Amino acid sequence: MASWDELQEGSAPEAREYGPISRTDMVRYQGASGDFNPIHHDEEFAKSAGYPSVFSVGMLQAGILAGFATEWLGAKNVRRYSVQFREQVWPGDVVICSGAVTRKYEEDGERKVDVDLLCTRQASGGAAIKGEATFVVP
Amino acid sequence: MVDDSVIGKRFPGYTFPIERGKIREFAQATKTANPDYLDDPEAVIEPTWLIASGFWAPPDLANPVAELNINLARLLHGGQEFVFHGPPPKAGDVITTESWIDKVYEKEGKRGGSMRFAEMVTEYKDQTGTVVAESRTTMIETGKSTTEGS
Repeated sequence: MASWDELQEGSAPEAREYGPISRTDMVRYQGASGDFNPIHHDEEFAKSAGYPSVFSVGMLQAGILAGFATEWLGAKNVRRYSVQFREQVWPGDVVICSGAVTRKYEEDGERKVDVDLLCTRQASGGAAIKGEATFVVP
Repeated sequence: MVDDSVIGKRFPGYTFPIERGKIREFAQATKTANPDYLDDPEAVIEPTWLIASGFWAPPDLANPVAELNINLARLLHGGQEFVFHGPPPKAGDVITTESWIDKVYEKEGKRGGSMRFAEMVTEYKDQTGTVVAESRTTMIETGKSTTEGS
């Protein structure tokens, strides 16, 4: 876990690859989260809705990116985590998580950092998830 | 059109326990091996874990989204935010929810025609009645099928 002295604006952890994301990963996440929208596991349903195949649950890659961030800055330290969903993630996609400190400050007697987070699809280079978070730094 | 009389109307939610096994299952499903989630008897939840609390919602629960008259076939999850007022809730806590629609607005989409947005806030209180977290869900109703969002 990064320390207050180590963290500066622009500080970034080593980017990390996850995947390839499989249909099993999607089903496992749906089981864990309780979101059983068939568009993420039922191939016929997804095709009938006009998609080439099932695609990942946005909250799965949002959750992977959150886990990446809390390994960097601490599970108990997160105070805000916000994501926007961009490109869909498809079976076989490798996703890459990265992040950087955008602001280091003290507020209400607590040391804090704001960070930008990004989950990109290796296949397209495009963003799947754009995230922002605030952590306290004990 | 969205019926905006629903804006700000609070809908009582449901009560659920934060279980260590569910924290572990969720951590494994989101590909983190962090021992703070997997091994700590007082494990905190992951930042997105509260999304799973819908498991405990009774199926007949009145829901603010249902009053928005959104076409579910055109509904996308555009964004999601979680705010914690201290360390995230931990295994053993018991959480009670309340939800409301906070905002409804329209934008012109690049590819999806006119898009309607709705933001739902859910407040989470722990067993002492303290608000420990809030989530904000941004829903988008697109004009046509789109390959963006989730």
